[in-house]
Amino acid sequence: MTPENRAGYWRANLGLLSILLIIWFIVSYGFGILLVEPLNAIKLGGYPLGFWFAQQGSIYVFLVLIFVYATSMNKLDKKFEVEED
Amino acid sequence: MTALDMWTYGVVGATFALYIGIAIWARAGTTGEFYVAGGGIHPVANGMATAADWMSAASFISMAGLIAFNGYGASVFLMGWTGGYVLLALLLAPYLRKFGKFTVPEFIGDRYYSQAARIVAVVCLILASITYVIGQMKGIGVAFSRFLEVPYDVGLYIGMGIVAVYAVAGGMKGITYTQIAQYVVLIFAYTVPAIFISLNLTGNPVPQLGLGGSYVQDGVATGMSLLDKLDLVVTELGFKEYTTQVMGSSLNMFVYTLSLMIGTAGLPHVIIRFFTVPKVRDARYSAGWALVFIALLYTTAPAVGAMARLNLMDTIQIGPVGAEDGNLLYDERPEWFKKWEETGLLQYEDKNGDGRIQYYDDKNPAFAEKAESFGWKGNEMVKVDRDIMVLANPEIANLPAWVVALVVAGGLAAALSTAAGLLLAISSSISHDLLKGVIAKNISEKAELTAGRLSMIVAILVAGYLGLNPPGFAAGTVAIAFGLAASSIFPVLMMGIFAKRMNKEGAIAGMTAGITVTLLYVFQHKGIFFVPGTEFLMPEMGMGPDWFFGISPNAFGAVGALVNFIVAYIVSTVTAPPPEHIQHLVEDVRVPGGAGAPTGH
Repeated sequence: MTPENRAGYWRANLGLLSILLIIWFIVSYGFGILLVEPLNAIKLGGYPLGFWFAQQGSIYVFLVLIFVYATSMNKLDKKFEVEED
Repeated sequence: MTALDMWTYGVVGATFALYIGIAIWARAGTTGEFYVAGGGIHPVANGMATAADWMSAASFISMAGLIAFNGYGASVFLMGWTGGYVLLALLLAPYLRKFGKFTVPEFIGDRYYSQAARIVAVVCLILASITYVIGQMKGIGVAFSRFLEVPYDVGLYIGMGIVAVYAVAGGMKGITYTQIAQYVVLIFAYTVPAIFISLNLTGNPVPQLGLGGSYVQDGVATGMSLLDKLDLVVTELGFKEYTTQVMGSSLNMFVYTLSLMIGTAGLPHVIIRFFTVPKVRDARYSAGWALVFIALLYTTAPAVGAMARLNLMDTIQIGPVGAEDGNLLYDERPEWFKKWEETGLLQYEDKNGDGRIQYYDDKNPAFAEKAESFGWKGNEMVKVDRDIMVLANPEIANLPAWVVALVVAGGLAAALSTAAGLLLAISSSISHDLLKGVIAKNISEKAELTAGRLSMIVAILVAGYLGLNPPGFAAGTVAIAFGLAASSIFPVLMMGIFAKRMNKEGAIAGMTAGITVTLLYVFQHKGIFFVPGTEFLMPEMGMGPDWFFGISPNAFGAVGALVNFIVAYIVSTVTAPPPEHIQHLVEDVRVPGGAGAPTGH
């Protein structure tokens, strides 16, 4: 585990974090709160779309985000050779 | 004894026997087992235990009711209490697991090379956890007294006894395996009635789909979606439209959601669960599994809330609004209605003396004229406690007695599992952070284990006492627990990992400032230490209720967190950087390699 590896790993981690947290923000605060009214004009089955994001959709996206993060970090651990024994 | 009582005693008794059986099997022999279950819990199992740890009596009993009466506005709880797991998984859990110690204050003390910071963290942790545990104790007492017809205090003693058996003997190890069993009980108890009700109202057995499905009345499809039907039914009676009603303002909902998310990620009893898995990568996945198990309940709750509300409205408003026979005759009210009237959770008052029940929004001026023209003299359902939405749901939907019994066992499982997790966080911070860390550093492991057990017993007794004599501020406790965690613990943990330059002066100043502004705002609205009459809102100076951009005190934790970050940053830039070995420690926490089993040394 060289210092360059550590630095590269940390940069890659921060890049991944930023992308995932932007999505986290958009689905909950964006779609669920700030843009809820325009989105409610669209229907998802019987759900107004904004309402669906606020009470269902954002939670499903949160789940996907965590598993994408865990899987991507495993790959980064290997790529930068910082994984656990 | 009725058949329902037999079922309830049977199901509750069987679950309690199971918890005690687990306690005998999973006894803790070392401090490692007592604090972090030996660090060998499988990530999926830990996810399940975390879900039970997290989902309290409030999630199980109260949340669906909150949703039923706040509609879209209650989304803050749904998003806030789940979105925090994204922050926990991405920003805290893996790094704190890598650090590999037993408690949250221990990380803060080591990272900020300061006993003072550790002690401040212990104080925050104990305050947040104690206020939280009072609610669980009340939940246990209420569940017993309502369903088993034993007095509130007897129910509380039984609950304390059960927790004592498995938490004192097994510590984190006993608590973990019991929480897994409790999760199974509570999720089964929550989803079974929901499936039946969804089937009943929409023909779809999956509540998450049923809520977006079309409304079926008496077995005949109406072609109208369930949510449209609900919007129509409530607005016809003057209530706010279900799918659009907001809580405060959009800004308030935004900040409230953020406070709950940050608070969730900063609550110590949840964080320490991630110290129990073997590796850093397990901590990442485990947070995902925890959210899977939580989401099962949290995506079902909106369906339970909406469908229960529709059932309630339809039970009372049996015909067209305004028609003489459109309202249910009080004498013809169903059995469950009578039963819940006895508990005082439902209250009826015949204001216009017509013997029928009018349930509408009499605070809506636009509807008042219409109501008067019908000869209505005000809303006659003077009390509809929101907790009924879950507790009475099986009866409203005519489900068999064993389902009702299951709901009781589920509510108790939710309260017991959360109480045990909180009590462990409290007792480990006393025996490990204060005793071993500050007062008696040379104490042997065996003595520390005994001290851990003793502080657990004391914590249970204190929690029980507060459950029996809830202080006046019990109603404000959730705000405090989340406000404290959000404004103090979360920022300090996050900066400890992501800001290498953050030093002890910055951390202590940040924590103190964050907590202070949050408490001040809460005290300003609810009284100094919640003593009634000491509120100090100053409308003449532009400080009326929710004066800060319309943000309610419950939602203020996010503002406190922001203050924490800013103050910490400013103070740290004008003081000396942390010593070299601390900067190495941060570097080391950031990479997974080299994580061993958690140690207290």
